[in-house]
Amino acid sequence: MRNSSLFFLSLTGQAIVLGLLLMHASLSETSRLSLLEHKTALVKNLRLTDLCLFTEARYTRHLSQADLNTAFQDHPLSLEHFPSGSFTQPSLENKAP
Amino acid sequence: MNPWIEKQRYIIDFTISSLLRRKVKNIGLLTLYTLIVFILASTMFFTYSIKKEAKMILQGSPEIVVQKIIAGRHDLFPVDHIDQIKAIRGVADVEGRLWGYYYDSLVQANYTVLTPSKPVDESASQARTTVVVDPNDPHAADVNKPLYDYDGTAPEAGGIVIGNGVARMREIGVGDFMPFMAFDGQIMNLKVVGTLSSQSELVSSDLILVNGDDFRKLFGIAPTFVTDVIVSVKNPSEVSMVAGKIKKKLHDSRPIIREEILRTYDSIFNWRGGMMIVVFSAAVLAFVIFAWDKASGLSAGERREIGILKAVGWETADVIQMKFWEGAMVSLTAFFTGVILAYIHVFFTGSAVFEPALKGWSALYPNFALTPFVNAEQLTTLFFLTVVPYTVATIVPTWRAATIDPDSAMRHTGE
Repeated sequence: MRNSSLFFLSLTGQAIVLGLLLMHASLSETSRLSLLEHKTALVKNLRLTDLCLFTEARYTRHLSQADLNTAFQDHPLSLEHFPSGSFTQPSLENKAP
Repeated sequence: MNPWIEKQRYIIDFTISSLLRRKVKNIGLLTLYTLIVFILASTMFFTYSIKKEAKMILQGSPEIVVQKIIAGRHDLFPVDHIDQIKAIRGVADVEGRLWGYYYDSLVQANYTVLTPSKPVDESASQARTTVVVDPNDPHAADVNKPLYDYDGTAPEAGGIVIGNGVARMREIGVGDFMPFMAFDGQIMNLKVVGTLSSQSELVSSDLILVNGDDFRKLFGIAPTFVTDVIVSVKNPSEVSMVAGKIKKKLHDSRPIIREEILRTYDSIFNWRGGMMIVVFSAAVLAFVIFAWDKASGLSAGERREIGILKAVGWETADVIQMKFWEGAMVSLTAFFTGVILAYIHVFFTGSAVFEPALKGWSALYPNFALTPFVNAEQLTTLFFLTVVPYTVATIVPTWRAATIDPDSAMRHTGE
């Protein structure tokens, strides 16, 4: 087989695989929609405010509820204890006047 | 066949043979290029999907949460302040929340202990999975199980409902007892009466739901206080205004509106995605230099090859087309392979490669599968970030080399 045929064949193969993956994305998005709705319902029922991603400290577990001065909350000279704290931003400015 | 297509195919045949002559260098370039696309695509897929999922899930979070602040720190919220908030025009309902953290020294993990305040919506407790049932299947009855085993009502005194992460870490389940040390040193043995489903771990992995009386006994909180309060507003467009009124009435309070919660997660993952790019930026930069050098600085051998091709009758346009195909072949192969690997990495293996950096650091990791939100915009951005610059970079220097005299090119002169 010619080199160019091999190249186009492999490119087509890759494009097909990518297309199938995109189809998988679209199908799983639809099928998981009900699951997302249930998660939303759980958040609503339990009055939750945050995702459970970084459970190491109170200001990383509930990021949106954290103090505005979280980085130095334990002592004015204390350094950040947890790596997640270094990666996360402080709470955003409150829009309420 | 169309002569133009046939000509391009001959050029491609020749280009591939030319690339294979410098196998090690080109395979190295392709591997590095694929790795860069893989990292960029993985970061993009992960951050976009988690941002979108967070946005959808947190639509259910309270409209306004009001905390009490003393000396810049949270404090318990006095129950008698609730009536003052209720009196504000536009407020539909105010309810106190009881929640806090409990450190389990046995597994060195932090749990979120919460008291559900009111019975849940009817629609939520009716949640069921829809699966076609095989009548001969002994587990057929399982399909009628709710997606989460808990309907949101507060457990009876002495009972707790635990998140799946807690159950996994402590290796306990329904019927087991879990000891807690109360604020006064007393041991409270609470019975696990339910678990939250594994599908909801993204929001509930570390949760422990307890009865209000048990919560107060555990943390020593008087009935005149709650942790914070949540306010629902009659007209959604007035949320910000009501928050402002609360702040004006209760000077030591801090109202947090739902929009801020949503924006927090949006910015966190922009930040985290950015951090990942920064961490890998040295690698990206090294690749850019390498690729630029490879693409733009033609080696003496390549210059001689171009000289010979021109001497045997190739036009300048043919040489440029050859170099275009060379760039396109390397970058397209790297793009497709990188994107495919990134998709598998993020959505099938749970971002195994950079999971710790993106998810954080703790004893209790939530176990969750992301919903693959991938759109054309992401792929187009990646394409223009990776394929186009490399392909263009290969053409310009080739045009310069291809316009010089073949004799000079072959004699290593004519710089």
